[in-house]
Amino acid sequence: MQKRGAEILVECLLAEGVDTIFGYPGGAVLPIYDALYDADIRHILTRHEQGAAHAADGYARATGKPGVCLATSGPGATNLVTGIANAYMDSVPMVAITGQVPTSMLGRDSFQEADITGITLPITKHNYIVKHVDDLARTVREAFYIASTGRPGPVLIDIPRDVSGAVTEYRDSGPVRLPGYCPKTEPDPQQVVRAVRAIEESERPLIYAGGGVINAGAHEELLRLAEMLLAPVATTLMGLGGFPGDHPLSVGMLGMHGSKYANYAVCECDLLIGIGVRFDDRVTGKLEEFAPGATVIHIDIDPAEIGKNIGVDIPVVGDVRRSLQRLIEQLQPRLASRWRDKIMQWKKEFPIQFEDNGRVKPQEVIREIYNVTRGNARITTEVGQHQMWAAHYYTFTKPRTFISSGGLGTMGFGLPAAIGVQVACPGETVIDIAGDGSIQMNIQELCTAVNYDLPVKIAIMNNGYLGMVRQWQELFFNRRYSYTELDNPDFVNLAEAYGAVGMRVTKKAEIRPALEEALRIPKPVVIDFLIEREENVLPMVPPGEPISKMLG
Amino acid sequence: MMRHTLAVLVENNPGVLARVAGLFSRRGFNIDSLAVGRTENPAVSRMTIVVEGDARVLEQVTKQLHKLVDVIKISDVTAEEYVDRELVLIKVSVDPAHRGEVMQIADIFRARIVDLGRRTLTLECTGNDGKINAFEESLRPYGIKELVRTGKIAMLRGARFTGLQDNGTKEEVQ
Ligand SMILES: Cc1ncc(C[n+]2csc(CCOP(=O)(O)OP(=O)(O)O)c2C)c(N)n1
Ligand SMILES: [Mg+2]
Repeated sequence: MQKRGAEILVECLLAEGVDTIFGYPGGAVLPIYDALYDADIRHILTRHEQGAAHAADGYARATGKPGVCLATSGPGATNLVTGIANAYMDSVPMVAITGQVPTSMLGRDSFQEADITGITLPITKHNYIVKHVDDLARTVREAFYIASTGRPGPVLIDIPRDVSGAVTEYRDSGPVRLPGYCPKTEPDPQQVVRAVRAIEESERPLIYAGGGVINAGAHEELLRLAEMLLAPVATTLMGLGGFPGDHPLSVGMLGMHGSKYANYAVCECDLLIGIGVRFDDRVTGKLEEFAPGATVIHIDIDPAEIGKNIGVDIPVVGDVRRSLQRLIEQLQPRLASRWRDKIMQWKKEFPIQFEDNGRVKPQEVIREIYNVTRGNARITTEVGQHQMWAAHYYTFTKPRTFISSGGLGTMGFGLPAAIGVQVACPGETVIDIAGDGSIQMNIQELCTAVNYDLPVKIAIMNNGYLGMVRQWQELFFNRRYSYTELDNPDFVNLAEAYGAVGMRVTKKAEIRPALEEALRIPKPVVIDFLIEREENVLPMVPPGEPISKMLG
Repeated sequence: MMRHTLAVLVENNPGVLARVAGLFSRRGFNIDSLAVGRTENPAVSRMTIVVEGDARVLEQVTKQLHKLVDVIKISDVTAEEYVDRELVLIKVSVDPAHRGEVMQIADIFRARIVDLGRRTLTLECTGNDGKINAFEESLRPYGIKELVRTGKIAMLRGARFTGLQDNGTKEEVQ
């Protein structure tokens, strides 16, 4: 049948199971928008392309399905860049579609031409420019396949305007054939045996679990493994929710803002089992002193992660879930563990805590958010102190409930991500735990939330500072608060101007009632919590130090 | 620091060179030379990359290259029996009085004279690294005006080859 490129695109998206696109129109995507006009796909018009990319990212993190965003050429495409880089760093499946100037105008600095495949080369898993309409269907199929298999990641498809406008005989593209792409999912049995042996020989095993557990849907296997071994489980920021935070074996987060007991456990374990992790510098601190006495097992889908940052004794390359299943099959449950008992003792001795002085403490706000939602909300965050408090004081028990920018640390992620999450999970409570600085990076998306009746809640931990930077200035730059104090707009009025509901909390006693009310209102709500201004995130490992050296 | 010679089979797609080159610069790997061209299969190009680094660096280079969707296969031929060749073009300035000497040098290295100017000779020479370097050194005293090297290409000796596997897929690395 004869079809236009744009129609083929829409058909292929439908074939991939896409129900929602986050996007923003422009000249180079006019044919695509025309095809979307009566297509059976929901299009969410954001107020900025960065918002579209983060929303697609949030959608993907909440569902595990690739998120899709769409932008025009030139500035539209470059506005996606931060969102694509963010998805890349956190291994989020995403397909970004950009319009491009017509093929005949490529390479001439035409109006709104940007070499977006060149620009996104280092921040995509793969990218394409489609120069002929007959390649379009195959490209879309490959893009979704690459984005969602192996180690997930963003794939960009750049479509020149004449390609989306061209008419061709549309045929099914057939199965994907990519000789250079075949993720290894089944672990090597010999490596599994070696890992089993090392586990059996260990007295003090520690599991270090990351976002890979959630990506692979391996949270049940992780729980089973931990319980079999009576092994404490420390998670990364990305791994929160991959293991129940209220489980006795959970030691919370490790690393720069990890719990003391998690970091002590790293220092004293004799076996470290890294699962779906990448030994990031925020986790390891000074590399040479990370897990000094431990044999290291590293289980990951991406072979390039093995040995990238740290020497690994036993690599297990494969799908994390399958790998854990293979391990579990061959392991015997332990009945007792002195090591576990010791960790339980540490948990009592060195709890993560804050000083209650009767004022509005961010930690308490987060704790109350946990209480009023009974831990059943989907939480997104921006980046800064509030993000770490969210990680510390909201207990995440289920995967895909903590949605935060880990690798890139993108301020402005939380609100658009919350929109994507709310679109994906209509009946659920979605809360963006925000900072007063970060929220202003994509505040325009409040309009999107209002337009589409997405009742996201935004809890601003308003300290009048770029707090995390201020904390570093306080600790490492002699309290010289260089350009970190913020003169903010009135967030309540701002919310109302967008058509959302604005609330303000200035007293401790108001925290809980305000949250309860916000959850009752079926609309987007902004709560401006005026928190203790110079509260710090503790514990903290100073940069470059070993993780045993914690402040606070 | 050890030099490694990698034979890399890639899909003959536009942009594949940028992907490979970008990867090296981004991750701070040092390329000594890179030569690329068609193979017996028109859909596949072959890059010969000479890279400097210890075992750890080489492992990362290989694994990161494997992650590129357009990269089909990578073989490190360094430890194998292989033939390697490079071609150099050198333009030397010679007055007629020294022409004979230069032609003698060319003879020794089995180089060919490919162009003759009033005051210049252009020579072509193929061989491995060592030979090309020696050739260059012998001509240096006469004044090298221009020099260009192709970068090394390499092939395994005997029946062994670094082509695609039967199933046409990338080898798995652990
Ligand atoms: C886009 C971007 N720019 C700059 C930074 C550096 N940065 C990290 S945290 C932070 C402060 C964030 O302030 P706020 O949102 O108010 O959060 P707080 O730390 O006060 O909770 C800054 C500027 C960043 N992470 N992202
Ligand atoms: Mg702040």
